Order: sequence, then C-alpha cells, then structure tokens
Amino acid sequence: MVALQLQSVGAYHGRKLFVEDVTTPVMKAGELIAVIGPNAAGKSTLFKRITGLLKGPGKIVIDGARSRNTITYMPQDTSANAVLTVYESILLAHKQGQSWTVSDSDLSFIDEIMRALNITSIAFRDLGALSGGQRQLVSIAQALVREPEIMLMDEPTSALDLHRQVEVLDFMRRRARSKGMIVMIAIHDLNQALRFADKVLVIANGRMRACGNAREVVTVDMLRDVYKVHARIEKCSMDHDHVIVDGTAH
Amino acid sequence: MAEIAALPLPIEAEAGRERYRALARRKLLILAAMTAALCLSFAVDLAWGPARYSLGEVVAALINPSSVSAQIRAVVWDIRMPVAVMAIVVGAALSVAGAQMQTILANPLASPFTLGISAAASFGAALAIVTSVSILPVAATLLVPVNAFIMALIATLFIHFISQMRGVSVQTVVLLGIALVFTFNALLAFLQYLASEQALSAVVFWTMGSLTKATWPKIGITLAVLLIALPLFARHAWALTAIRLGEDKAASFGVNVRRIRLETMLIISLLAAVPVSFVGTIGFVGLVGPHIARMILGEDQRFFLPGSILSGALLLSVTSIVSKSIIPGVVFPIGIITALVGVPFFFSLILSNRSRSW
Repeated sequence: MVALQLQSVGAYHGRKLFVEDVTTPVMKAGELIAVIGPNAAGKSTLFKRITGLLKGPGKIVIDGARSRNTITYMPQDTSANAVLTVYESILLAHKQGQSWTVSDSDLSFIDEIMRALNITSIAFRDLGALSGGQRQLVSIAQALVREPEIMLMDEPTSALDLHRQVEVLDFMRRRARSKGMIVMIAIHDLNQALRFADKVLVIANGRMRACGNAREVVTVDMLRDVYKVHARIEKCSMDHDHVIVDGTAH
Repeated sequence: MAEIAALPLPIEAEAGRERYRALARRKLLILAAMTAALCLSFAVDLAWGPARYSLGEVVAALINPSSVSAQIRAVVWDIRMPVAVMAIVVGAALSVAGAQMQTILANPLASPFTLGISAAASFGAALAIVTSVSILPVAATLLVPVNAFIMALIATLFIHFISQMRGVSVQTVVLLGIALVFTFNALLAFLQYLASEQALSAVVFWTMGSLTKATWPKIGITLAVLLIALPLFARHAWALTAIRLGEDKAASFGVNVRRIRLETMLIISLLAAVPVSFVGTIGFVGLVGPHIARMILGEDQRFFLPGSILSGALLLSVTSIVSKSIIPGVVFPIGIITALVGVPFFFSLILSNRSRSW
C-alpha cells in the first residue's frame, strides 16, 4: 500500500522560495488529509511541488506505489473553453499516453465514474455550457479516471452547493478507503475538514504550522494565530465538532 | 464501488457508452464526406480552365492516360495537376499549422498570417527579389524560397520563445504577433520603395500568393514536411487535446506541456514556413481551416487533426477553381480569392453554430 511523507519540503515560484520546510508524519493509504490555511498560504504551491510541477528543496518519499499514475493533481482552475463534450474530456484524461483506439472497457470505466459522481445527465454537454459546480465535478471525474494512488485536490468543492459538497467529500473518503488511495484536499471550510479528514495539515505564510489528527490540530489557538479570528469549537447534535466564529481578532 | 446514490440516475451507463460510439461514428462520417468533397473539388480543379473537360475525361486521363487525347493528357497532367495538388498540400499544411498554433497558444486568433510569420516570409522574399541578398549561401534559383523560409522560421521561433517566458499571457503573444506583422510590413514597404519597377511588380505578385509557381519538387518538399509532421502530431493527439483544457490540467494528466509545446512549435515553424516560401502569402486558410474543423468535429485531436487537414485542403482547392472562373482565361492570385471565398462560408458557419465556436 502506498505511503507518502514530506521531509523538509520547499517550493520555488520563480526564484522565490514560496513554501519552506514542510515535514509531515507518514500519510497512509486510505487516509483523507485536509490541507487548510488562509488565502495565498501556499497550499496550491505545495500540491504543485508534490506533483513535480514546481521545484524545491527537501524530499518527497513515496513508498509502495504500484501504478504508472502514482500522483494526480486536480488544479483549482476548472475553466476550459475547449470544444469538447464532458464525456470526451473525461475519456482523454483516462487515455493519456495510450493508443487512439477506445475499447468498451475504457468506456465502461468512464460510465462508472460518471455514474458515481452523478454527472451522467451532462455527459454530452459541451464543456463551455457548464456551470462552475458542474465543471468542478467534471474535474474530479477527470482526476479519478487517472486511477491515482495519491490524489491532490485543490479546493474541489469551492463552487458546489452544500448538498454536493457533503456528497463529494463523503464519496472521496469512501473512495480513499476502498481503493487504498491517499487523498489530500485543500479546503477552506474548516467544518467539512473536521468532519471528513483523518488528518489536517495547516499551512500559513508558506510554512507548515501543524499536521496531525483533525481535532488536535484545529484548535481555538490555531484559529486565532493562523486565521486571526475569535472562535469556539462545539459539538453539534450529531456529535460532530463545529467551528463557530465570533469575530475577527486584530 | 462506492457511489453517490442520493439522486436518481438520468441515463443508464450503457446509454453513455452507446452515445459516445454514435458520436464517434458521426465524426468519421463527416470526415468521409469531407474526403469525398475534396476528391470532387480536385477533379473539378483539373477539369476547369480555358479548355473545359468533363469529369469523365478527367477521370479517364487520371486512370488510363492513353485513352484520352495527347492534348487532354498534357493539360491535365502537366499544366493543371501541379497547381491542383499544390492547392491541396499547401491548404492542408497551413491549416494544420494554424490548428496546432491555436492549440498550444490557446488562442483562436493564432495562425501563420496573424502572428506575422507570413509577413516575415514576404520580407525575406522581397529581400531576395529586390537586393539579391541571401541569408544562407544558396543557388540563385533558391534565393527567394530560402530567404522566405528562414525569415518565417525566425519569426515562429521568436513567437515561441516569447510565449514560453514567465508571466507572458496569451494576449501578449497575439499583440507581439501583430507587432511583427507591422514591423515586417514596414520593412517590406521600405524595400518596395527602393525597388526597381520590375522588382516591385515581382514583390507585389509574390505577396499576393499564387499557386502557378507550383512545381513537382516544391510539392514534394511541402508534402514531405506534412508527412513528417502528421505522425508526430498524431502521436501526441491525447496530450494536445489535453493542453486545450489548460496547462495545469494537462500537466495533472501527466503531459509534459513544455516539451510538447516546443516540439509542436518547431514542427509548426516548418509547416508554416515551407508553403509560404513556395507560393507566397495565403492568409486565410491557416486561421479559418481549423475553426471550420473545430465547429463541425470538436477538438478531440483524433478527429480535429484530419478535419483541419481536409478543411484547409478543401478550402484552397475550391479557391483554386474560383480563381480561374471569375474571368475566363485569367487566373487570379489565390491569396486574394481565399478570403473572398472563405469569409461568407465562415460567417454562415459561425452564425449557425455559435455554441461550438471558440
């Protein structure tokens, strides 16, 4: 089973070291890790560094990888004006590096993923005709058909309604467990992070502030220091932890 | 497999697979229809001219030359054939060059003409015609095409390297291309001002673009470049399609975007420069050929690439027929006619199919 660990990892944007010295505990197959932090904290940069799109110091240790598509990164920007149907755009993600011919098993796999994300009704719509939320779901499908062992998702639920957010996060957590995948999700909604993540990694100003069990990492002190807010963490009627923000801290 | 099962499924999975197969079949049928139209246009191009022949006579001259008169044989094979074949080969090459330029620069305005490559070639040709200055040491007969080719190549590579620089947006690249058009046009005007009357008329004729300069060696070279380019593009069909989804998205699919951009741009520089150096400036086909293919076939390169080849070849082949039909006995420079034929068609396509255009 795949395992991932970051050891003193940094990332350059041009010549500037944008992220530095990120060291995590070993992340194991089946885990969902929420990466949280303020805007421009370095979450996307860290993901691009792990994927190999950016260079930087440190070591990214991956053990037990089996497939050629070990890591897939789902970028934040899902806008695309290519004249392609949703189905074609998902198929091309699956067929990268392969022959022109499309087999029945290729198409069955695309159908399976689209059905799982409940986007079959838009299968033959042009990408340009989709809403922001639909684009995000298509982008998730494109990442899933790569069959990665480590999946990095950059704010995958930012354009989704509440119902879809819960559906997608719940699905990704179950998918991580069933496929033995490590899923890292950059997310702003701390309540969703508390509810769905096995681990939370906090990043601010390009440096890691904490990484560990969600409840141990998301604390009132962390919220004040990193997000500059006065907040409480309370249990809801379903016994889930919830962050309640009382105001900004100056 | 874990599923989100809260909402009912609007269509069954099998329906998705079948619909995709039907879509692919429809695209193959469109490609077959375009091929048939191109064959017809080619035959009409051979039949049309001061001496008009029936399609039956043309087909007979092609299949069994000894069955037709020596005059028909000579007109079809020696006079009209090189022009008709050159129209197809040049149309295909310029259209594919435009298609891949638009793909890798993510810009609907990209084409050899709009990014200054044709203007650079015109300047190179004019330099040879007016001053006999050669950029490379070559024989006098090759001076014009070689100069045109080298300048076109320099312009293409310049555009490419600027587009690779950090922080350079797509809009910047187009602005740069327009700046190149103005720069080379100014240099061309400067040379025209200095030129003798004879050289001036040669330069003007060259810049209008003409297929009458077609010879079998020129056709062979252009075709060779096309035949080298197409397998390389075909090999990267999935990757090139992915680049249209955005650089980050393509990279997330494992595509080495920088390497494919560099390879593609180098091939484009040959595809754009070689035809222009042989037949002069033909502006419209490299821009519109790909747009026509995109609107009717979409941007899956497995269909878009052959579609661009066929639409460019068909556009220039029809233009070749029109160029000799306006005034009997007169062959108009094809660069003038291309836009006159293509613009009304292009407008009608855009207006009838707005959602599928860029």
